[in-house]
Amino acid sequence: MGTEILQLMIGGFATGSIYALIALGFVLIYKATGILNFAQGELMMVGAYIYFALVTELQLPFLAAFLLTLVLSGILGLVLEFVFIERMVGEPVFSVVVITLGLASLLRSLTGIVFGVLEKGLATPFSGKSLAIGPLVIWQTHAYAIVGGVALFIIFMAFFKFSKTGIGMRAAAEDQDVARLMGINIGRVFGLSWIIAAVVASVGGIFYGDLSFLEPHMSFFGLRALPAALLGGLDSVGGALIGGLAIGLIEGLAGGYLGGTGQELAPWILVLVILMARPYGLFGTREIKRV
Amino acid sequence: MARSGNFNVSYRQEIAIFRTLGQKLWLGLLGVILLAYPLLFGEYYVYIINFALIAIIAALGLNLLTGYTGQISLGHAAFLAVGAYTTAIFSSMGLPFILVLLLSALTSLILGLIIGFPSLRLEGLYLAIATMAFYFIVAYVIAHWTDMTGGQYGLKVAPLRVLGLPIDSNTRFYYLLVTFVVASVYFATNLARSRVGRAFVAIRDRDIAAEVMGIDVARYKLISFAVSSAYAGMAGSLYAYFVGILAPEHFGFDVSIQYIAMIIAGGLGSIEGAIIGALFISLLPEGLRFVTGALASSFPELSSNFLLLKEGVYGLIIVLFLIIEPTGIYGIWRRIKDSWDTFPYKYRG
Repeated sequence: MGTEILQLMIGGFATGSIYALIALGFVLIYKATGILNFAQGELMMVGAYIYFALVTELQLPFLAAFLLTLVLSGILGLVLEFVFIERMVGEPVFSVVVITLGLASLLRSLTGIVFGVLEKGLATPFSGKSLAIGPLVIWQTHAYAIVGGVALFIIFMAFFKFSKTGIGMRAAAEDQDVARLMGINIGRVFGLSWIIAAVVASVGGIFYGDLSFLEPHMSFFGLRALPAALLGGLDSVGGALIGGLAIGLIEGLAGGYLGGTGQELAPWILVLVILMARPYGLFGTREIKRV
Repeated sequence: MARSGNFNVSYRQEIAIFRTLGQKLWLGLLGVILLAYPLLFGEYYVYIINFALIAIIAALGLNLLTGYTGQISLGHAAFLAVGAYTTAIFSSMGLPFILVLLLSALTSLILGLIIGFPSLRLEGLYLAIATMAFYFIVAYVIAHWTDMTGGQYGLKVAPLRVLGLPIDSNTRFYYLLVTFVVASVYFATNLARSRVGRAFVAIRDRDIAAEVMGIDVARYKLISFAVSSAYAGMAGSLYAYFVGILAPEHFGFDVSIQYIAMIIAGGLGSIEGAIIGALFISLLPEGLRFVTGALASSFPELSSNFLLLKEGVYGLIIVLFLIIEPTGIYGIWRRIKDSWDTFPYKYRG
């Protein structure tokens, strides 16, 4: 009994750290540019497919493929931002958000046409292997997802707290005009936020692809990270981690004890509850509207 | 000759929808074309245009909500689905068409009000998320409540009879749908230019200012949601009758995106925009099929991935229109018309 709940919790935390990585992308872009990127799930999917192509087509070893995936995803994020988002600065939020929806459809369609819609297995050196800790037997992928996710979060939290660029990004999120007057390059901040969002999403995508499989509609899994971002607060990096882990844990336990497909539904009901009760999330900043 | 404007000399003229002889003549011509369409074109083209007519009704509703009132909705497919499934359930009980249609519109309307309530507190992005969450909940219920909706097995809709006349051919459906489209356009036009429509636009442009000027923002937002979802419910009901069997895949998330593409491509915040956009997006697959057919020998993967290609093209249309031409096709048309009307001057006096 005790070990069963621990097992479920570890599985939940593993899914949760993937959610957290994708949620981090939502939060970063929201913080820096004030828009919600509905193509975040697609960035995750494309990242996973890039890794898949590098491993199967180019036969690269894991570490090389992994690092190259990060680089290529970052480039993709930068290109999307530069081509589509950059020129929308100053346009209504509605237009920019709908553009990300359009990009999402476009990326899904292109990926499907290039790789086909059939499910594909994705292999990493730790797929299918388990790790025994005392009475607990856990999948290595779960362990790496949790460790990797938390490590990335610590890196980014330190980046925002201590590095000059990170502090500049926080300033830009606070007030674009003032930040610009202080000499911060807003265009660079926008680009950087999309690069980081695409990179963390691709890490999440590789772990998710390992736990499950690849198909173009896996991007809807990425959309389910939205509740995580909302729960933590759309503008809170630490909130994304806690929100992601919490949602993963709830899903894991609900799936284990209640069974069925309720875990697809639960996040969306949670979203409505959060939006009604506390739209700025647990750790987000409360917005005050002025005329 | 340059026109210097229309001068109204009575209140009747002031509130008339069609003010000039030219407008009436064009409208008459449009009426003749609409009536003659099934005689001029083959069965297949009537079938295609029927889907476009249904899309016009739903797009009108979304444009009232998003284009006029400025409330983003990613849940339009859910309202369509609710309307369609309500129709399937009630029609199999043997209720008459008009009653089923009204019940479907009403069910959607009530759900629209329910999702409208969060809109009183939420704005922009948060409302988009709430409507998306609502969509996924509805989609889940439809896929899993097998007793009621048939789930993946689908649900049959009873054949349509209007006043004892069976509507069993594409042509008969066409005339029925044209009637509904004309009525919907008429209602939407009058709504948009009345007190309610002006309140919608005021809320879209700046809600706090609207409130200060005495507009009951909460009330009009709810009205907007109610009207929009009733339109979608009606369109869903007609869709159900037309296709005869419903499955959850008919109402995927991409359908919501498709409707957003319609109102953006046509032109946000205008009745004409919704009509043009719905026609454009619904007929686009035919154009695409033609192109992929022509390219089939050199790019076979294009025609075998037709559904994916369609999704991608809708995405591309949204992106390109928003970046290059945010006023949509209707905006382009109006610009051309204005420069023609006022030639050689640049602006209307």
